[in-house]
Amino acid sequence: MDVTSILAEWTPYLIGGISLTLGLVAIALGIGVALGLPFALVQVYGPRPAKAAISAYAWFFRGLPVLVLLFLFYFGIFPAMGLDLPAFFVGAVVLGLRGAAYQSQIFRGAIQSINEGQMIAALSLGMTRLTAIKSIILPQSLRIALPGWSNEYPEILTDSAICYAIGVAELLTRTSQIVAVTYVTMPIYLCCALIFILLNYAGMRVIHVVEKRVAIPGFGAGAG
Amino acid sequence: MEPAGFITDILIPALSQGLVVTLQLIVLSAPFGLLLGIGISLGRQYGGKNLSNICKLYVIFIKGCPLLLLLFILYFGLPSVGITLTAFAASVIGFILCNAAYNSEYIRGAILSVKDGQTIAAQALGMTKWQVIREVVLPQALRRAIPGLSNEFIYLIKYSSLAYMLTVIELSGAGKLVATKYFAYNEVFIAVGIVYLALVTFTTVAVHYLEKRVAVPGMIH
Repeated sequence: MDVTSILAEWTPYLIGGISLTLGLVAIALGIGVALGLPFALVQVYGPRPAKAAISAYAWFFRGLPVLVLLFLFYFGIFPAMGLDLPAFFVGAVVLGLRGAAYQSQIFRGAIQSINEGQMIAALSLGMTRLTAIKSIILPQSLRIALPGWSNEYPEILTDSAICYAIGVAELLTRTSQIVAVTYVTMPIYLCCALIFILLNYAGMRVIHVVEKRVAIPGFGAGAG
Repeated sequence: MEPAGFITDILIPALSQGLVVTLQLIVLSAPFGLLLGIGISLGRQYGGKNLSNICKLYVIFIKGCPLLLLLFILYFGLPSVGITLTAFAASVIGFILCNAAYNSEYIRGAILSVKDGQTIAAQALGMTKWQVIREVVLPQALRRAIPGLSNEFIYLIKYSSLAYMLTVIELSGAGKLVATKYFAYNEVFIAVGIVYLALVTFTTVAVHYLEKRVAVPGMIH
């Protein structure tokens, strides 16, 4: 059987894998922002014990390999808590928790890059701390964080393939299954690599467009 | 349930054996990853148009392709074109190829940060292009690239765990086998995690020391 007909036959199956891969990435990025941003705010403005807790969290999730985290949560922590979660969900959560550790550092750097005088000025205008963070600090720091944050996308995309290890039927898992059934190796693997590279490229284009859309004229990462 | 003496008689010996393999993977991959990374960055910066484009494509491919897929290509894919590698060799080659691509980005950035005037001045002194690169640009660029390179080294420590997916019984693999046999996932993977955290933390401290050791007094980053 030649490669084109194999690919034609398995295209729907691969597309299913792509959607699961993108699902992993989307959920992981969502969790990463939803946790990473508050973590960053706590690390800058929070009380000392909370700061230490976030630092410990980041140290733990950044110091362990994705593979070990997946094994730990999938076979260890979640079952011990009595949760019988599907592999896809565990994969997305682990990638998300790990992403939150990295992203909290990106957001923290961006928040700290805003001149302290702005916070003092906002407070002296009678704003509460929360209002100042929401209306003054975050609109600027999120824009500054965007280039650094955008690097999270390719990272999580390529890491999502490690969910193969716990049996999530994402793109790499399905590719391996096709290889096992058809005995055609190189062309299928290279096709899978091409898909990952295209997903990477497409995602970066989207982020680039967003970056341009939200840019404030005269306000750049360098001008902050 | 794990038997008495589980930690001392079973877990520690198994993880120690795994750790040795992990360290072998890292020690064999890191130097070649650095050398190839320097080569690629020089190819991109100083090579002709063709070489520069080849290096660029290489980096795009490696950065876009998941490392696990790269390992599968090397281990399961290459035999179909007549190249058969052991799982260990395939892992090391995969780590080198991946590490080099990321390293090259940091080194290239550092090369670009060395002011053009230095190159022009060195050439005015009669140095050849190669001399300028070796004597003037690289010594500065490599020092500036240390933070980035050390990040990649830490990534290498962590991603060496993927060798287990090619059946290399390194630290994570050794842990997985023990955990499955004695059904002690939490205990084992927390122990494995501690070892990785120790490796990563030690590296961070060591790099800090290295950075101070090789710093040139008066040279500001």
